[in-house]
Amino acid sequence: MSSSDALAKSFSVSHSGIFGVDEKSMLEILVKWQPEHLSTFRNETSSIFLKDERFPFEKCEEILLKFLKREFKRFKDAVVQWTMHPWERDARMARKALKRGSQAYGLLIELACTRSSDELLGARRAYQSLYSESIEEDVACRVEGIQRQFLVALVSSYRYEGSRKNDVAIESDAQKLNKAIRNGDKTMLIKDEEIVRILTTRSKPHLEEVFKCYYDDFDKDIAEDLGEESGLKDTIYCLCAPPVYFSKILDSAMKANANENEKEALSRVIVTRANVDIKDIAEEYNKQYGTPLTKKIEDVALGNYKDFLVTLVKRAG
Amino acid sequence: MATLSVTEDCEQLRKAFAGWGTNEGLIISILAHRNAAQIKSIRQTYAQTYGEDLLKDLNKELSNDFERVVLLWTLDPAERDAFLANEATKRLTSSNQVLVEIACTRTSQQLLLAKQAYHARFKRSLEEDVAYHTSGDFRKLLVPLVGTYRYEGEEVNMTLAKSEAKILHEKISEKAYNHEDVIRILATRSKAQINATLNHYKNEFGNDINKDLKTDPKDEFLAILRATVKCLTRPEKYFEKVLRLAINKRGTDEGALTRVVTTRAEIDMKIIKEEYHKRNSVTLDHAIGKDTTGDYEKMLLALIGHGDA
Repeated sequence: MSSSDALAKSFSVSHSGIFGVDEKSMLEILVKWQPEHLSTFRNETSSIFLKDERFPFEKCEEILLKFLKREFKRFKDAVVQWTMHPWERDARMARKALKRGSQAYGLLIELACTRSSDELLGARRAYQSLYSESIEEDVACRVEGIQRQFLVALVSSYRYEGSRKNDVAIESDAQKLNKAIRNGDKTMLIKDEEIVRILTTRSKPHLEEVFKCYYDDFDKDIAEDLGEESGLKDTIYCLCAPPVYFSKILDSAMKANANENEKEALSRVIVTRANVDIKDIAEEYNKQYGTPLTKKIEDVALGNYKDFLVTLVKRAG
Repeated sequence: MATLSVTEDCEQLRKAFAGWGTNEGLIISILAHRNAAQIKSIRQTYAQTYGEDLLKDLNKELSNDFERVVLLWTLDPAERDAFLANEATKRLTSSNQVLVEIACTRTSQQLLLAKQAYHARFKRSLEEDVAYHTSGDFRKLLVPLVGTYRYEGEEVNMTLAKSEAKILHEKISEKAYNHEDVIRILATRSKAQINATLNHYKNEFGNDINKDLKTDPKDEFLAILRATVKCLTRPEKYFEKVLRLAINKRGTDEGALTRVVTTRAEIDMKIIKEEYHKRNSVTLDHAIGKDTTGDYEKMLLALIGHGDA
């Protein structure tokens, strides 16, 4: 990308799907502009500068100011997230999700299911320290509707992490899941006692076996059968195949008409998984979407923000 | 017995098992007067010196009530809670109370350690076992109770206390005892917050919440709710009652005497004894003396005197 392209992109509010700003072009080109150049620029970019009705100047549209503020901030936010202790990072993420409401509950599922038992415990401790409440009391209080009990149980989980298998329990759990799915209204599956029990208390290795058993016994995919309602499908992937879940989130973040909440996920996923499984996520992304992850990031991101993310992805090897 | 030498203790214990029969007096005189940290050292040294687990040897040599009290006492507090909880999940509904007791009278850290010990010993989580072995309303209450990691600060939000007292009163008046909000409040709020809420409940509505929860004395779920409230707010009164019923052989809580003595000996036995004396006009020592015999009695008495030693 040429510097002037990069500069244009940094100001191109109309192209959503761009992340960050190109600091280099601002230093190479923008800073050297004389007043006439700046004036031309403003006159040419009528999407963000409006000729004032009464006086001879070009006003900045609010949308540009907001856009630039957000895109300049993106690098700073990623740096802070990266530097922060993972426990605090997760606690703040959970708090934000709760404040945002039901469209953000997926973040609670992501947090509760992709972290190890001790990482989740750490997040709960940080939450108490930051907000003088426990995460479960906050989730229980703020989440209304049918997801409440499920989400409380998820954030309270302290799963066994060993690999010891109990074949009888595996078979039994698979049967119970099947029964619940066959008999239940799909939109209410998240309230089913047995589904909640199995998904929120069983260990991850056990669940992997249960899902395998489900497939062997009934020739169906548990994630598809549970459906996307209420985040059940995502729960399955977060628990047993995080790279699949995360590469999907990355794809949503970088698509053309992503909203800000979706775009935020780009930083979040790269930063929170850089030391965990970013390599697997990148492989999965490439498999699913046919492009290397770093290439896609280079296409949509600019400047320091882009370099920061690409470095995090590359350093995993 | 003031011997602080761990090696000496091990030798003495080994001697107690030697020959025919067992010298229970010697076992009591040592183990009953050691705290959890000391017992841990003894177990380690015993294993190093004799290549055997002290607990296994105790198991072999002792019998019944006495065995159980010695075994429970010798376990590390977290292991003890894990052991008791696991036992409770396998038994019938009367054991739900043990789960409530463990979940609600321990500190957040103690409960966490118990859950870690549970993972190590049983290769499953406490939550999954409690969930698997309960159903319906009991599951709805017990799983969140054991899963919680309560905030332990003293801060209280009075506005919240008022609104949640109102919610509790509303649901109880409607007999909706298993309502989501009732469970949510009891299972997730900090103990300080719950105390404030229940104080407000009494001020505003006239009765102690447990009085309002007594509408059907046969209802087991109500009994568990009352136990939950009591354990969270007045554990010493809860334990006094458990002891009183156990000693008078009322109720079906087998092993309650052993359980309460071994789990509270190092925690708040002094306060429980005061509570007991106040409520029963005789000392706990006296009551145990009348109700039990032999080595079992000696061990219990030694343990409840523990804090004073």
